[in-house]
Amino acid sequence: MTKYRINKTRFIDQTKNVSFTFDGKTYHGFEGDTLASALLSNGIHLVGRSFKYHRPRGIMSCGSEEPNAICQINNNTEYTEPNVRATEIEIYEGLKASSQNCWPSLNFDIGGVNNFISPLIPAGFYYKTFMWPKSFWKKIYEPLIRMSAGLGKSPTKPDPEIYDHKHEHCDVLVIGGGISGIISAKIAAKNNLKTILIEDKNILGGSTIYQNNKNFVIDGQKSNEWLTNEISELQKLDNLTIKTRTSLAAFHSYNYLLAKENISDHLPLDKKDGSIRQRLWKIRADKVIVGAGAIERPLIFNNNDRPGIILAHSVKKYLDFYGVSSGLNNIIFTNNDSAYETAVSLFEKGISVKIVDIRKKSSSSIIKNAEELGIEIYWNSTVINTFGYKKIKSIEIMNLSEDGSNVTGNKNKIQCDCLAISGGWTPMVHMHTQSGGKLDFREIDQVFVPSEKNENHINVGSCNGDFELEEIVKNTNNKVKTFLNINEGGFDKISVLCSKESEKKNIWLLPNTISESKTKSFIDFQNDSTAKDIKLALREGFKSIEHVKRYTTTGMATDQGKLSNMHALGIIADTAGVKMGTLGTTTFRPPFTPLTFGAIVGRSVGKFFDVVRKTSIHEWHIQNNAKFENVGQWKRPWYYPINNENLYEAVQRESKAARNSAGILDASTLGKIDIQGSDASEFLNRVYTNAWSKLGIGKCRYGLMLNEDGMVYDDGVTTRLGENHFLMTTTTGGAANVLSKLEDYLQTEWPELDVYLTSVTDHYSTTSICGPNSKKILKKLFPNKDFSDEAFPHMSYQDALIDKIECRIMRISFTGELSYEINIESKYGRSLWESCIKAGEEYKITPYGTETMHLLRAEKGFIIVGQDTDGTMTPIDLQMDWIVSKKKYDFIGKRSLYRSDTIREDRKQLVGLLTDDPNEILEEGAQIVSELDKNPVEMIGHVTSSYFSPNLNKSIALAVVKGGKKMKGQKLFVPMENKNINVTVSDFIFLDKENKRINA
Amino acid sequence: MKNKYSIFSLVKNAFSQHENWKQAWGNPEPKKEYDAVIVGGGGHGLATAYYLAKKHDMKNIAVLEKGWIGGGNTGRNTTIIRSNYLWDASAGLYDHALKIWENLSQELNYNIMFSQRGVMNLAHNLQDVRDLKRRTHANRLNGIDAVWLDTKQVKEFCPIINTSQDIRYPVLGGTLQRRAGTARHDAVAWGYARGADAMGVDIIQNCEVKGIKRNGDQVEGLETTKGFIKTKKIGVVAAGHSSVIANMAGLKLPLESKPLQALVSEPVKPIIDTVVMSNAVHAYVSQSDKGELVIGAGTDAYISYTQRGSHDVVEGTLKAILELYPIFSRMKMLRQWGGIVDICPDASPIISKTNIKGLYFNCGWGTGGFKATPGSGDLFAHTIANDEPHKLNAAFNLNRFVSGDLVDEHGAAAVAH
Amino acid sequence: MFIINCPYCGERDQSEFSCGGEAHIIRPKQPTELNDDQWAEYLFMRKNIKGVQFERWNHAHGCRKWFNLVRDTSNDKIHAVYKMGEKPPVI
Repeated sequence: MTKYRINKTRFIDQTKNVSFTFDGKTYHGFEGDTLASALLSNGIHLVGRSFKYHRPRGIMSCGSEEPNAICQINNNTEYTEPNVRATEIEIYEGLKASSQNCWPSLNFDIGGVNNFISPLIPAGFYYKTFMWPKSFWKKIYEPLIRMSAGLGKSPTKPDPEIYDHKHEHCDVLVIGGGISGIISAKIAAKNNLKTILIEDKNILGGSTIYQNNKNFVIDGQKSNEWLTNEISELQKLDNLTIKTRTSLAAFHSYNYLLAKENISDHLPLDKKDGSIRQRLWKIRADKVIVGAGAIERPLIFNNNDRPGIILAHSVKKYLDFYGVSSGLNNIIFTNNDSAYETAVSLFEKGISVKIVDIRKKSSSSIIKNAEELGIEIYWNSTVINTFGYKKIKSIEIMNLSEDGSNVTGNKNKIQCDCLAISGGWTPMVHMHTQSGGKLDFREIDQVFVPSEKNENHINVGSCNGDFELEEIVKNTNNKVKTFLNINEGGFDKISVLCSKESEKKNIWLLPNTISESKTKSFIDFQNDSTAKDIKLALREGFKSIEHVKRYTTTGMATDQGKLSNMHALGIIADTAGVKMGTLGTTTFRPPFTPLTFGAIVGRSVGKFFDVVRKTSIHEWHIQNNAKFENVGQWKRPWYYPINNENLYEAVQRESKAARNSAGILDASTLGKIDIQGSDASEFLNRVYTNAWSKLGIGKCRYGLMLNEDGMVYDDGVTTRLGENHFLMTTTTGGAANVLSKLEDYLQTEWPELDVYLTSVTDHYSTTSICGPNSKKILKKLFPNKDFSDEAFPHMSYQDALIDKIECRIMRISFTGELSYEINIESKYGRSLWESCIKAGEEYKITPYGTETMHLLRAEKGFIIVGQDTDGTMTPIDLQMDWIVSKKKYDFIGKRSLYRSDTIREDRKQLVGLLTDDPNEILEEGAQIVSELDKNPVEMIGHVTSSYFSPNLNKSIALAVVKGGKKMKGQKLFVPMENKNINVTVSDFIFLDKENKRINA
Repeated sequence: MKNKYSIFSLVKNAFSQHENWKQAWGNPEPKKEYDAVIVGGGGHGLATAYYLAKKHDMKNIAVLEKGWIGGGNTGRNTTIIRSNYLWDASAGLYDHALKIWENLSQELNYNIMFSQRGVMNLAHNLQDVRDLKRRTHANRLNGIDAVWLDTKQVKEFCPIINTSQDIRYPVLGGTLQRRAGTARHDAVAWGYARGADAMGVDIIQNCEVKGIKRNGDQVEGLETTKGFIKTKKIGVVAAGHSSVIANMAGLKLPLESKPLQALVSEPVKPIIDTVVMSNAVHAYVSQSDKGELVIGAGTDAYISYTQRGSHDVVEGTLKAILELYPIFSRMKMLRQWGGIVDICPDASPIISKTNIKGLYFNCGWGTGGFKATPGSGDLFAHTIANDEPHKLNAAFNLNRFVSGDLVDEHGAAAVAH
Repeated sequence: MFIINCPYCGERDQSEFSCGGEAHIIRPKQPTELNDDQWAEYLFMRKNIKGVQFERWNHAHGCRKWFNLVRDTSNDKIHAVYKMGEKPPVI
């Protein structure tokens, strides 16, 4: 055992040695140690430097409130993690920890110079300076600030570990495995309620589990022994799930809670074997019982931040839980009784301890205990200064004046190597306020306690402001009974003996002989904000607690103000002369402790980032060297390069093939909606701009859909399969939205219509064959079918059979060529596709992708919604007046077409553009102007689609141009970065305006 | 008299232990009557008051703030400033603001830490590429610095982005505006407050407006928690709560108020020195001077004034962050919060007169109002002082929703933040 | 994340639903007879209430039915749920 490991406890297995490094030096601890307890057992207090002044800082606490002892773990490995609290991480063999925010080393940190210029850098100093000369901000000041800010280092390699999510529902969720949580969980589980108990430490029991003082007795046993038995009872209960190493992260509305379980962070790296690192539990609980405990407050006095100054209760935990004495010559500085337990415990182990108490006297049993043992107590005294740079060496104390506002008498210097401080306790009301609950201020001991609540939950134990063992046990029992509506709690007849605090005194900022502006009395230890910073903020007019917090950065460090918020409020209230309860608190925001991004995201990383939708022909595309384009969640073949062709070359080849012989396209991704019902055609009348009532059975029609604002929303061909049966197609990306929108109108505006909508996008595979030889191929596939123009004209559909499988053939065209689309149940999609390829072999049938499809339709002047439109185009703007029914009384968006700004003639309108140089291809998105030397430049439109057309042997483009309808033949300019391109407005149909090819 | 802020004043005050600094702004009780009252003490409201006093010589004015100044969306946003908008009207508005940002620290004698670290917008599909190129062309011709970067250039500018072409939505390129960046949000509110206060503007905190008094078509004053305040001009800049104030005057606005969430990580040493935004893979991130990764999440798709969005939104955002920056998986979220934004159907703001005389609205900034703060204040001040919009905010009138002349930044696929 | 009691399916997480905004804005039967102002009123103007609001929701990842819901937008408490076409409750 080391010099400081003076005690054997049942929580630490001293047979299991663990070695680890801190700042490169190897140390030893035991299994069960945290990094902090292991360092303290080696006599190490100095673990970090502060954020602003780079003052040496030591371990201050034993939990998630730790402001100082934060380390980089496993630096330079893919397992590295910044800002890990030494008080929380369990050591394992080979752990590498290093201090942060210091250079070149923790012991000699250049940044320490900031401590000497501290008079120049009070709160908010950066708002007042670094403004001159202006150019220095970007080049010098800001990079300097950034370099000195930040704490640890971000990982630079991808995370090798995985994270998990689990959804859980329960009757009762108990947060916190301390004595009140254990009582609550036992009552709930014994009453047949499905209960979950979560505890952030690796064992249950909270602080009572090591409370081995004769003044605290439950049913005749010391409280720790009693609780140990209770825990073993608890573990036998069937409907109770106990989750240790699991901390509550957030308490959202409707009792939706997030808890993070640490699964492998305590394991050596070589034992991780790719298993889950952390799991985020998403819990929906019928009822929640919060037993989150309380955090000990520091005391605020000059130089209260030296290594060796530790919260008093943490000193006790290190001693009685980990067996480590934080110092060999201790002084306890307190304003309350709880620190006396620490004193007694130290004394009983033969360690030197003295007490400085700001109270004049107190007479509870624990104090009598200390006095009987002969522990020296300095009553009515305060610490006014501390000494020792890298570790505390001594303190100076003085007496307090009658009202506590000043110090009197002589200074008394006392040697020590550890100063244990206690400023009382702050209930952890974070969960309660996160859930929307309100707080009341309790004057007697200056705490905020839960009041009004928003959710179905209660707070028990010290987080509810119950600090004495007897009230914790009895109030928890009674509250839980009422909350769960249970008659018998199981703890109704329990007897509890405990020391009861008789005297209370609190001074937020302890007095000194010098004014506070000359002291360094730290409030937020990590962010280095002091009492004088708060007073400066108030002096400068920052009145609200939120202003003070933001101006001084108090409470904004990685501990989120767990130690500092109350003192900041107290000092504001004292300075402003108002009651603390009237100030309110700052908002406690989730998460309770910092939560790994990985845990929040869970498995949805890498290939699980988003669903991939593939057509049933997808594998064929891969085998045939397709390059894919993401269209929404769909993967669509973009082009099929042969022999290292680039996009341009492949598209030229594919386009020519489709026009000259035959092309084949997988069109399965287009949205398909099956529409049935006696009012189906009336429904289409209302949602499309054109008329549908007279469409014959077996006929197809193109439709344009607007939103209610009159702008083009979607388009596609709809086929009348029967009197009351239509099949609508939509764009690939728009399918889901169109269906939602149609359902919305159907259910809410027109419930009288007898119409049923079903998405069948995934049910049918669609193969589209186009080109002059397409009819011949179809004939080969369907030898019994009459494909003559009379029997099967353009814009019509017929049922057919292929290998006894039913399919639908639509003769429709998006390319301007003779073209057929075959719909077949998806499972036969690939087989049909391969049959088409085989049948088309003699015509050199060529698979083409989306890029060629875009080119072919552009030659024909067909728009693509979303590419040629952008949510600001009406059908009139698109020169599609022909599709807007004048006769129909109403359709979605009709009224909006006749507003004063939508009927204007000078709106942007769809046109064709031809470059003067036919080999010059315009860039899609390029802007168009009519006058080059106008200043400022007036942009009158932009290029929406642009290609080199192999079939016309020239560059073509679609564009939208202000007043474009009347500009045919006009010369315009496309100004690029390095040149201006001359263009001429043309018809937007470049090829076969007479529609000859469709019937070729 | 205010203290002049500089390194010299810091040194001087160090000798007196900083006990002689004056209040940055006062804490007055409201007067009975003002020439104009601004409702809302956020950045936009305080800037409006500042420019009314500075450029329009209106000194007898007040800013009423329900809580504490800068406590609404000014103090809750991710502080991105850029002007690379698509439409001329938007580009004009936001670049006007950007030009003011560039000298604002000096003008206000308050370091608002405007950091021109560049803003990159990423493209993840072919339509993104078309849209962003279109925007870049428009920006260039509007005199706004914006360039297109291919994937390799994106990687060079921000090496930690995962530009592998094997990811679900690979980066196909992006745009970069180098003059864009971030600023210290609180300082903007405080700097304007201090500047306005110095010219005699009354900044009245903890003063909630309860009603608007009208005489026919003309406003007469405001009922507040600090009593009735008489005035003939009311400028409302109460982001999130614009509709609530409008309802007091019997007005309806084309707005929906929704919770918008953001989060920060624990602070780390510099790791990303620009702002990266992605629309298709919804995530944007920058690093604050303090070292925190500042990450913007989306809005919930329902009206809510709770300032608490749903966890799904945060999860979705971080999912996108890890897709683009897998190295951040072991970083930790320190704090998340929500603000309430009011959103117009066309994702553009309203800076406009109303059909009630003397009542003006500045609202509808949606998720992107911070960047416009100085410009918005300047133009709104102009509109209030002259009872007529400036040419730069003429397009952002209320009548556009009647006539159909929307400034549709949303439909034009511009990143809406 | 609240819980919505779908009138067809029962209690489900809000993430299964999508919101359609303010309820009981009836689409004009004769839009062509409205002037631009009246049409804009229907199209864009919203009460955007802070407090008890009647709104439309769709069980998008469930039965896909639209229904109405009464929710306090200041605290997300849901007061009532009722089917389309049913009379709104008095809250």
